[in-house]
Amino acid sequence: MIEIKDLYKSFGKQQVLKGVNLVIKEGEVTAIIGRSGGGKSVLLKHIIGLLKPDKGSIFIKGQDITKLKGKKLDEIRADIGVVFQGGALFDSMTVYENVAFPLVEKTKLTKKEIHERVIKALTDVGLQGMEYKYPAELSGGMRKRVALARALIAHPKILLFDEPTTGLDPILVRSIHKLIKDTHIQYGFTGLIISHEIPEIFEISDKVAMLHDGRIVEVGTPEEIQKSDNIVVKNFIMGIENGGDYEKRKS
Amino acid sequence: MVQLINFVGKYSVEFFIFLGKMFIFLLESIYHIFIPPFKFRNFLRQLRFFGNKSMIVVIFTGAFSGMVLALQGYYALNKFGAEALLGPVVALSLIRELGPVLCALMVTGRAGSAVTAEIGIMRITEQIDALTVMAVNPIKYVVVPNILAGIVAFPLLTAVFNVVGIYGGYLVCVHALGLSEGTYFAQMELYVDMEDIEIGLYKSLSFGLLVTWICTFMGYNSGYGARGVSKATTNAVVLSSVVILVWDYMLGAFLL
Repeated sequence: MIEIKDLYKSFGKQQVLKGVNLVIKEGEVTAIIGRSGGGKSVLLKHIIGLLKPDKGSIFIKGQDITKLKGKKLDEIRADIGVVFQGGALFDSMTVYENVAFPLVEKTKLTKKEIHERVIKALTDVGLQGMEYKYPAELSGGMRKRVALARALIAHPKILLFDEPTTGLDPILVRSIHKLIKDTHIQYGFTGLIISHEIPEIFEISDKVAMLHDGRIVEVGTPEEIQKSDNIVVKNFIMGIENGGDYEKRKS
Repeated sequence: MVQLINFVGKYSVEFFIFLGKMFIFLLESIYHIFIPPFKFRNFLRQLRFFGNKSMIVVIFTGAFSGMVLALQGYYALNKFGAEALLGPVVALSLIRELGPVLCALMVTGRAGSAVTAEIGIMRITEQIDALTVMAVNPIKYVVVPNILAGIVAFPLLTAVFNVVGIYGGYLVCVHALGLSEGTYFAQMELYVDMEDIEIGLYKSLSFGLLVTWICTFMGYNSGYGARGVSKATTNAVVLSSVVILVWDYMLGAFLL
């Protein structure tokens, strides 16, 4: 479904991605783990075409999106939903208007049809009755739920999550993860989750990839990753600092 | 010497890159003005924001500008015994020059800065990215309604500013300085031509475009964090104010 080939990206003198290779299969949920500032969000922004790479390709449904522009890129984007780190809800709109936005802007559905779908999406994420609140009146967890409802409403084939549980307490982290799992079963999307939540992320992903120093250093099932011999992966899972430095010294 | 050339060269290149980006931003905005779908509701909301909500500040500034002009004009004209020309002095100063300029400066401070801050916050909270990802063009959705609202609202606000200013001048001339009411308005009618009103209209139209262009551009390209938005807002207000005065002189020299 998504194939990332030899992706490079620099910002000035800082090289963030140094040849990322990754394949995300259709219908699977893949988690990308790695330290903060390691380029995970930059990788996600490449997948939705918000950033252009210095080198490399990203194939979605067989098309290299790094070479697409305008309407052709928008056609690919129509199949992708994104849950941004902070939710990226439009603060001048109510919860209802936020969730309805993709349908109002990009479809010709009637008001009644839109209403039914918005109510269903909000019910799916446990936010029925919150339609007329503004994002500023919601808690962090609720905002993430609204963002998920907005991303799901157009029934995208691919759903990308940029650290969907950052800043939430452990109970809310579990609740959001359960929500992702439930909606994945219900909607069957291909998911990509950028996350730091170890070990919770292993429960909801089919595959886990570790991004370190601008490269994917290990990919496998959650069990394989947890049993990995790679010192960088081991140290990251155990929360030991300077995993990479230790590896360099060892080599 | 080499360091100086390096310094000047570096800043010149940066300046031209900045101008180029601004120009491309304007071209893209103009392109989206004419390409459907049109965001009419967003335009109406911004028109209300620029026009209706700026009315009080425009009325106050207009009234006091007219009153000050009348007072100062009387002091100068009295020396030559030409107080009868106070009406045309107030009206021409307001219609040709002060109305468009002061009104544009006030609206920049009230609405332009708010537009920059709003778009800047949309940028740093990824709302602009969210629009792009949903295949909704952010220039069309956020920038174009502001530019169109500015082009429509500025001339209308300037007209209000001028009328209120002329009546402010009337209050001072007739009720405080004892000039006859007939003289004030009759002389005004004699000396103010339609061409003067047109010049003021062209000026305010162009200020509407310039201010909204600069303010939306600064917000759209604001840096990260609260500091980035605050810097963008300051830059937008300062640059808009300077451009208003420079463009006013250039238009004045060209249209006179």
